[in-house]
Amino acid sequence: MNVTVRLFASYADKLGRSRLELEMPDSATVADVTRSISSLPGAATLPPSPLVAVNCSYADARTSLSDGDEVAFIPPVAGG
Amino acid sequence: MMRATMVRHPILSDSLIAEVASESCGATALFLGTVRSSNEGREVGGIEYSAYDEMAEREMGLILEEAGTKFGVEAAVIEHRVGELVPGDVSIGVVVAHHHRAPAMDALRYIVDETKARAPIWKLEHYADGSREWVGAGTSSVT
Repeated sequence: MNVTVRLFASYADKLGRSRLELEMPDSATVADVTRSISSLPGAATLPPSPLVAVNCSYADARTSLSDGDEVAFIPPVAGG
Repeated sequence: MMRATMVRHPILSDSLIAEVASESCGATALFLGTVRSSNEGREVGGIEYSAYDEMAEREMGLILEEAGTKFGVEAAVIEHRVGELVPGDVSIGVVVAHHHRAPAMDALRYIVDETKARAPIWKLEHYADGSREWVGAGTSSVT
């Protein structure tokens, strides 16, 4: 299955991109996508368990993914 | 009436107040967050706000629903800026209308605090010395 990964703010700066498409096994979880991202150039300084959202809702590492899901890595927020 | 929106235009407090106005409400509570000219001893020239827009609006919408349930809010609006702001600009406006003042102010604090904690919004501060840094991201300076 394919998932879209979104990166923002400091994470997008570190990895030099804000969006990428990943092909994952059908049983993939958020943790699997996190592992895939952590092997990319520039990802060494990402936290080991970054905050993640799936389809615009906060999700934990065990969350199962479906084809077409959008997985967003959320840096420490600083609104207001 | 509840509305949560990321905006690219100036936030106008009069418009927000008018939007929630109701003869049934005896209290209207307003919060405006503005860009400070200094942060942790450094002179700030401006802030670039960015967001995961669709999730920020969804999360702020959930926060308004929670405020409705917890405090019985009649109407509330959140507007949050994205883009480049300078000191003095309003970055967030929140307005709450309620029958009574105490729950209006409690709800206002809840909405502002939860928005700051949960909405996926980021600040890239620009300093007078030309450097830039992501707020809250540790050592994520930008060169």
